[in-house]
Amino acid sequence: MSNTVISVENVSKQYHLGTIGTGTFRNDLKLWWAKTRNKPNPLALVDEADHGNRDGEILWALKDVSFKVEQGEALGIIGRNGAGKSTLLKILSRVTTPTSGEVKVKGRIASLLEVGTGFHPELTGRENIFLNGAIMGMSRAEVARKFDEIVDFSGVERFIDTPVKRYSSGMYVRLAFAVAAHLEPEILIVDEVLAVGDADFQKKCLGKMGDVAHEGRTVLFVSHNMPAIATFCDQAILLEYGGISFQGETNLTISMYLKSKAELSGEKIWEDINNAPGNYFARIHRVCIKNQNNESTSNIQSGEDFSIEIEYFNTIDNSRLSVTLLVFTEEGAILLSSISNLEPDWHNKPRPTGMYVSNCFLPANLLTPSFYSIGVIICTKNYQDCIREDDLIKFQIIDDGDVRGDYYGGYTGIIRPLLQWTTKKISY
Amino acid sequence: MNSTREINENEDWTMIIRPQRRWYDFHLGDLWKYRDLIRLFVWRDFVAYYKQTILGPLWYIIQPILSTVIFTVVFGQIAKLSTDGMPAFLFYLAGQTIWSYFATCFTSTSNTFVSNAGIFGKVYFPRMSVPVSIVISNLISFGIRFGMFLLFWAYFWISGSAVQPTLWALALPLLVLLMGAMGLGFGIIFSSLTTKYRDLQQLIGFGVQLLMYATPVIYPLSTVSGVWRTLIMANPMTPVVEVFKLGFLGTSDLNPIWLLYTAGFTLITLFIGLALFNRVEASFMDTV
Repeated sequence: MSNTVISVENVSKQYHLGTIGTGTFRNDLKLWWAKTRNKPNPLALVDEADHGNRDGEILWALKDVSFKVEQGEALGIIGRNGAGKSTLLKILSRVTTPTSGEVKVKGRIASLLEVGTGFHPELTGRENIFLNGAIMGMSRAEVARKFDEIVDFSGVERFIDTPVKRYSSGMYVRLAFAVAAHLEPEILIVDEVLAVGDADFQKKCLGKMGDVAHEGRTVLFVSHNMPAIATFCDQAILLEYGGISFQGETNLTISMYLKSKAELSGEKIWEDINNAPGNYFARIHRVCIKNQNNESTSNIQSGEDFSIEIEYFNTIDNSRLSVTLLVFTEEGAILLSSISNLEPDWHNKPRPTGMYVSNCFLPANLLTPSFYSIGVIICTKNYQDCIREDDLIKFQIIDDGDVRGDYYGGYTGIIRPLLQWTTKKISY
Repeated sequence: MNSTREINENEDWTMIIRPQRRWYDFHLGDLWKYRDLIRLFVWRDFVAYYKQTILGPLWYIIQPILSTVIFTVVFGQIAKLSTDGMPAFLFYLAGQTIWSYFATCFTSTSNTFVSNAGIFGKVYFPRMSVPVSIVISNLISFGIRFGMFLLFWAYFWISGSAVQPTLWALALPLLVLLMGAMGLGFGIIFSSLTTKYRDLQQLIGFGVQLLMYATPVIYPLSTVSGVWRTLIMANPMTPVVEVFKLGFLGTSDLNPIWLLYTAGFTLITLFIGLALFNRVEASFMDTV
């Protein structure tokens, strides 16, 4: 007897792009009438060529997806926007039907993607708890049994008999999530709900999810929050263009995802010196990012040391050069700059022509996990003449959780250093 | 290897999601499973209707009285239409009371998909529970209106009007059932079609109004003859209204056997409605 609770078998989902029908009965009739007489489409604009695909182009949101989920497993589903994650969840939660294939499920599925669904603004918090519970498939008795727990979790006791239209949006979300979190389905689907609510509440939600996962219930978790995925899920699947491109242990899947993601370039080489960025006194040959194992990469763990290497050609004999490193944020602001003027070997010393390499070491836990780009400035003696090249390479800092500890919510701040903390008890 | 596979296939899955159900598979059993939800929907629709109003549930009564007064003045006093010797006010109130149940069932179920797209897009529950709960909650407002009608009726009876109740009054539950089922049938047909053609939504309010004039609500059937009578007899609501008047007022120009015609019509409508609804339910999230 196997313990498979969800079996997804060759599921595909097709969408028609563009409008479906013409939207009005009269125009549909016209179109049909023209078609039956083999006349051209009367509704096409004069200039518009009729390609015969008035039914719209076809998009496969999911194609031949198959996987199994075992009892008690926490499965992460990751992928870029448009990879088919939401479509998959919609099929699992029966909001829409697959075009082909089938899904077999054992036990009740509830998803947290419907937080607050069916809340009626005129009804009170109490009334809405019952209504919302019923919409999600709970019986009245079940809701009644959990009622106190739900109210307690939501933290809106004082307003429980107030119509929810008077709630603040935060209270509203808290109440909605509280109902969803107490559903106790055999299979729980969670989709990015953690984006809502304040940090404190997010923490509570993740804690609740952890409980659910540890109770041996099956969880499907869709998120862009990699640390949260890594914490809760044992296994993960990576969706790409509607298909499963990788499936396996979570950390492995996440690294596959990060590799596939974004057009990051950890290294850039200009083979032809004459076309390389620079001018009469220096030309850049190569810029690259190296991780702590000295491998060239565009993905750096937030907890690892890394360095940026700049290779450049000195075209004038005996010139004295300095190199400046610029780190830009994703928004294009200069996060930091660093000059090689404290470098001991070659700074302010006459250099023979030839290739040089300067290396700038950046310590672990300096940058906050995000995307960055690198710029380089090379200057002649006394910074009289400079060349500056921005956006040479792009890299990202990946959150490995070292600084986070047990906190999974959002972080503010441009840098995220690992700082020392002490706490002492000073009085009774 | 093969044998384990076979065991897997024989496992009892609680749910199998397939591309499309057969057209005759209405899965009405699901509705029963979600009866708590239907009950809450009924109660929500009823309560939310008068929340934050001063008169509260009184609104269920004020509206029909006002329109009956208008009918009495316009059709009774000004146009002087016949009421078969009945007190005009009671005659119009009777027509209003019985007609309004069908009309509200029809109009309020006819936009099920479009007005619930938000909630349907997020969570699964049997979609039929929405129109079914609407028909039931309309039953409550019908009950209130009917109670009011009974009061007036009793007053006119005691004060010696020409009101002669007959045993056909006992057929009321059957009439209500027929109207509810037919209103639901028409409603879900239209709600299925409006997912594709929004034009129909414009048509419904107007169409129901028109249908009322094709039903002996504000005039007695006895005053109609010729082609018009044939037309009005083809209207499945005619027997319902006439039998109601026969039961409570004692005047009718129709053999109650015509109710069979209504029943047949209702069954067919409901069946077509369910089949259409079933079809649209599976895929409408992709088209709405």
